[in-house]
Formats: sequence, C-alpha cells, structure tokens
Amino acid sequence: MRPMTPLKQTAADATLDAREVARFAAMAREWWDPKGKFAPLHAMNPARLTYIRDQLCRHFGRDTRDSSSLTGLAIADIGCGGGLLCEPLARLDARMTGLDPAEESVQAARAHAKVQGLEIDYRAERAEALISTGIRFDAVLAMEVVEHVPDLTAFMAMAGQLVRPGGMMLLSTINRTLKSYALAIVGAEYVMRWLPVGTHQWDRFVTPRELSKALDAAGLSESDRRGIVFNPFRGEWSLAGDTDVNFVMAAVRPAHQAPDPGPKQT
Amino acid sequence: MSNERYDIAIAGGSFAGLSLALALTSADASMRVAVVDRTPPDDAVKGESDGRATALSAASRQLFEALGVWAAVEMSVQPILEIDITDSGLKSIVRPRLLHFDSELKPGEPAAFMAENHVLRAALIARARQQPGIDFRAPEMVSGYETGDSGVSVRLGSGDELMAGLLVAADGRRSVLRKQAGIKTTGWGYSQVGIVTTIAHEKPHNGLAIQHFLPSGPFAILPLTGNRSSIVWTERETFGRDVVARGDEAFLAEVKPRFGVRFGAISLAGPRAAFPLDLHIARRFVADRLALIGDAAHGVHPLAGQGLNIGLRDVAALAEVVVDARRVGLEAGAPQTLQRYERWRRFDSAFSGFAMDGLNRLFSNDNAPLRALRSLGLGLVDRTPPLKRFFVHEAAGATGEVPALLRGEIP
Repeated sequence: MRPMTPLKQTAADATLDAREVARFAAMAREWWDPKGKFAPLHAMNPARLTYIRDQLCRHFGRDTRDSSSLTGLAIADIGCGGGLLCEPLARLDARMTGLDPAEESVQAARAHAKVQGLEIDYRAERAEALISTGIRFDAVLAMEVVEHVPDLTAFMAMAGQLVRPGGMMLLSTINRTLKSYALAIVGAEYVMRWLPVGTHQWDRFVTPRELSKALDAAGLSESDRRGIVFNPFRGEWSLAGDTDVNFVMAAVRPAHQAPDPGPKQT
Repeated sequence: MSNERYDIAIAGGSFAGLSLALALTSADASMRVAVVDRTPPDDAVKGESDGRATALSAASRQLFEALGVWAAVEMSVQPILEIDITDSGLKSIVRPRLLHFDSELKPGEPAAFMAENHVLRAALIARARQQPGIDFRAPEMVSGYETGDSGVSVRLGSGDELMAGLLVAADGRRSVLRKQAGIKTTGWGYSQVGIVTTIAHEKPHNGLAIQHFLPSGPFAILPLTGNRSSIVWTERETFGRDVVARGDEAFLAEVKPRFGVRFGAISLAGPRAAFPLDLHIARRFVADRLALIGDAAHGVHPLAGQGLNIGLRDVAALAEVVVDARRVGLEAGAPQTLQRYERWRRFDSAFSGFAMDGLNRLFSNDNAPLRALRSLGLGLVDRTPPLKRFFVHEAAGATGEVPALLRGEIP
C-alpha cells in the first residue's frame, strides 16, 4: 500500500494531492453511478438494506418505521467498497465503521461521504487489524464477501470476534447450486453482462448450511435466513423464501458468552 | 434571502401537491416539506365555487381519510349510489337505459363521491397548515432548479432559493418544471371542450349519476348535495366556447335538451367555464431529483371523472416509495427511488388514459353501425356481472397493485 500523505507539504505535493483528490472523486462517481460498474449492487441495495434494518430493529428492539431507527448502534461493514451500505446506515443514525483493504475504495468512499455530509469512520484496513485494538461492535456486516474468501471458517472466526456479546452478524452471499451457476455466472456474467466475466468462482459459493456451520464454530448462532430474488418484470430485487441463489443470514453472539471465544488470533 | 434545506420541495399546492405534503409528513414526522404555490392560502380557504366538481373514487376517499381530511368534507360530498349510461341521439325524448350500475363495492360502500373542488381544496389547505413539517411558500412560484451531488436547489420567483433532496412537479398540465427537465409528452388535443357548471333541479337525484353518450361527446350529470348536479358536457370546441359565452337563458336553453327531463325543471346554480380537453402523458415521470405527479405527469379525458383519482394514485405511490427509501437510509431523490415510482405509475396512467380516450372516440360519433356495436357492447357488459364488477372496481381505483394510502393506511 502506498503512503497517502506526503511527509512534507511542498507546492508540488499540494498539486499532487489535488490531483489525487480529483481521482478519488471520479472513482466515487463510478461507485455511486447506479447505471455504472456497480449497478448490480445498487439494484440489490434496497432489499439488502431492508433485511439489515429489519433484523437489527427486531434484535435491538427498534421501530422499523422510524427514519433514524439505528441511533447509536456501532456497526462495522467489512468490505465496504465505496460505502454503498455505510451511507444509508449512517443516515439511519448508526455509528458506521467501513473497512476495506483497497485504499482507493476507502478514499473514494470518504470523498463521497463528505459531500453527503455524513460522518463515517472509513479505514483502509483488514478486519484483523481492528481485533487487536479491542474494539467490538453491536453489529458486523459482511455482505457479498464470504464467496471471495479462501477459508470460510477462518474468516468467520476472525470476523466473529468483532461482534460484542449480544451483538449481531449479518451476511449475504451466493448459494452453490446448479441454479446459482446458471443465474449468477452464466446469466449475470455472460448473458446480462452485469458483472465482468470471472467475478465469481462457483466453487467458492457457500451453501446456507456451510455458512451456518462456520458461524457456529465462531460462537455465533444463526437466527434468520432469507433469499433475495430478482423479479424481471418489475426489475427489482426483493426478499423471498427462495435461498437457491442469493441469500442473506443473520446470527447472534449470545450475551452471556465470553467476549472472544473464537480461535486465537495474533 | 433564505436558503433553507428541506427533504422535499413541492411545486404546486393544488390537490396532488397538498395531498403529497400531508402524506409524507403523516408517515414520517421528521420529514420537512416545502409547498410552493401561487395562490395566497387565505384566498384559497375562503374560495368561492368555480363551478367545478370532482368524482372521488372509493380509493381516493380512503386516502383522504388516512390523511385526516375526509371528516372536514364528509358533509359536503355526495355519494354516487347508481350510474345510468344511455346512448342516444340529441332529439330522442326517451333515452333507453343501456347500462346500469349499482355503484357500490359492498352494500353501504359507494364506489365514488362527488366533491366540489373549492370545498376539497379548502379542507386540504386547512389540514396542511396545522401539520408540523409543512412550510407554505405562498404566494410564490418556482422559476427553475439546478441539481447537484447533494440535492436540488430550487429558485423561487421572489429571488429566494431553497435546497431539497427531491423536487416534485405538481404544477399542472403546462408544467414549467417538466419543460425545464426536457421531458416531452405524448398526446393529442380532441378539438373538444368540457363545459362545467352546476345545475339545480326540481326532483331529488337519489345519488344517481347519468352519462348520456351524445353524438358530440359524453354529457355527464353527477349528483351534488341537495337537489343539485354538476354537469360535464363534452362539446366540439367552437360550439362549446360559443355556448358558454351566451347569456344565462340562452345557455340554459342548450342545456335542457341534453340534460333531459328526469329530474324535473332545471336552473343554473353556479358559474360556468369551458376547458380544452386533451390527452397527454409525460414520456418520463422522473428526471434527476425530479418527480412528476398529477396533471404534470398525465392528463386524461375527464370522461369517467378519473383525472384527480389518477393523480392521487401518483401521490400514494410516490409517498410510499419515498418513505420506504428513507426508512432504509436511501435518499428520496436517489435514482433507484425515483425509478421505483416511475415503474409503479407509468403503466397504470397510460392504461387509464388510453382506455378513456378509446371510450370517448367510440362514443363521440353518430355513425349507425358504431351505435349498434356500442349498444351491443354495453348490453353485454350489463348482462355480465363479473365484467360490471371489474368496471366498478376499476372506477373505484381498487385494481392493480394498490399503495397503502389508497387502502386507507399510512405507509
């Protein structure tokens, strides 16, 4: 990773800095263009956000009809990208921390949040780095992340540690079924060209059962699962019972449990 | 020079604009809404009748009940209990009834109500002024707008400017905002005018509405409270304008043969005006941080009194879409939010508009075979209860995917 802040501010550095800012603003526009590269995420966002809000409201006893229903909840978003989830949740008054290993995404996310007047703690760090600081969250999100990690159990054990006792973890991913191969890879990547070919590897997709097991091993227990399906007539994604392709899952860490029951990390 | 920030700015404080402001603030008390209107609110509240009345569907009534407006107008609205449709030449003394509807969804639940426009508008304004979260900017007008990354800045005629997350064009059929957004409309004029006035009659109407399909176009008699009815008389443009300009006696003499003798002797009971009829549907209902509602989005033939009802469906759908978005932290003016509104409304509006257009074309004609076909068609409808029920329910706004407000619920 490149150092972002030059040690000494000179006239030349200032120009460089301005250019960098412009580049990140351009990237932010890319992230936030609903018809651009990240169109599928924008399209799924209302359904994902509805699930996140509903689960958090139920778990923490909040009112879903309140436009600041998540007031005061500390939430970490692992793999936050340009902040597509962080910003709406911050508007619901959650205290958001956005984590992403890609420095550029985080810079773009910061640039966008600033224009929106939203305060979000974006960090170009891996989730591992936070654990050692002792910070724990009321909720941790890992949306569209687990299908990209090489070792699901290890990832969950690590990410799970960020959830405080009595807190909640929310996940979304793609099931490993023939239907998901047809829809998510052949359909979304080759036919519809929603995603670049090679975005997903089908053998890395995760079944709800595997996800549930990994959560268990990390000391969390599944509390809910739902499917997210695309309705081609309405052009909208919505929550449904069918978990064959895209699905979401919620899990809670029991309140009485010791804070860090997972495998030891350095 | 003020520069205030609102969640939603609404250009136009007529039925659609005011209803939307009430719907948004009723569903979400944290919402701040500006309503910009040309008319000073006090004038509108004590406004005199302009002779216009509106048929409210059962669904529209549900919306007004949910918004706390219905109680104030209930005593002044007339339920439509029955509808007769006749198809006859102008000189026919006896007008055979072709089609008869009991205009009730269930016993005691009328499918439609007649409300006088000035009564309804006064009730809406009075209610909106009590509602926290609504700021009236009147008399005032929107002269233009510019969109940016964090919202839309709205220029007012007075030179003031306000910021909002979303601008709603409720500024009528010649919408300035629609034009500024570069949204074209599809449609055509009919070379017809709608003549509107109030008629007093000797005998009670008992809640009966009558639609005479006359050769020059439909002539509707719609019951108001007391022994009064509102007429909507579709006429060829030149003759229509001419007849409205005549003196009371001469005008009444033209009304009489059209009105018929069913309710006994008649007299004029209000001012009269002729409105040009056209059908137009905006090609888009949304643009960057802009949504069109009501007549700004579509104007339909007033044949079945559906204009306002269709506008209120826009209101209910847009309010629900905006409130849903805010409750998951998405912006009211975000493209996905607006797309959802457009998808929800456009098909329905186009369908209603073209259905009314088709009926008008079919009936504004004195061709004998066509007349036979119409009689056959209406006769069939009359003898097919499911089809009749469909028409009554469609007129009541109870078909399709219904937004919460039209079921009487705050979203």
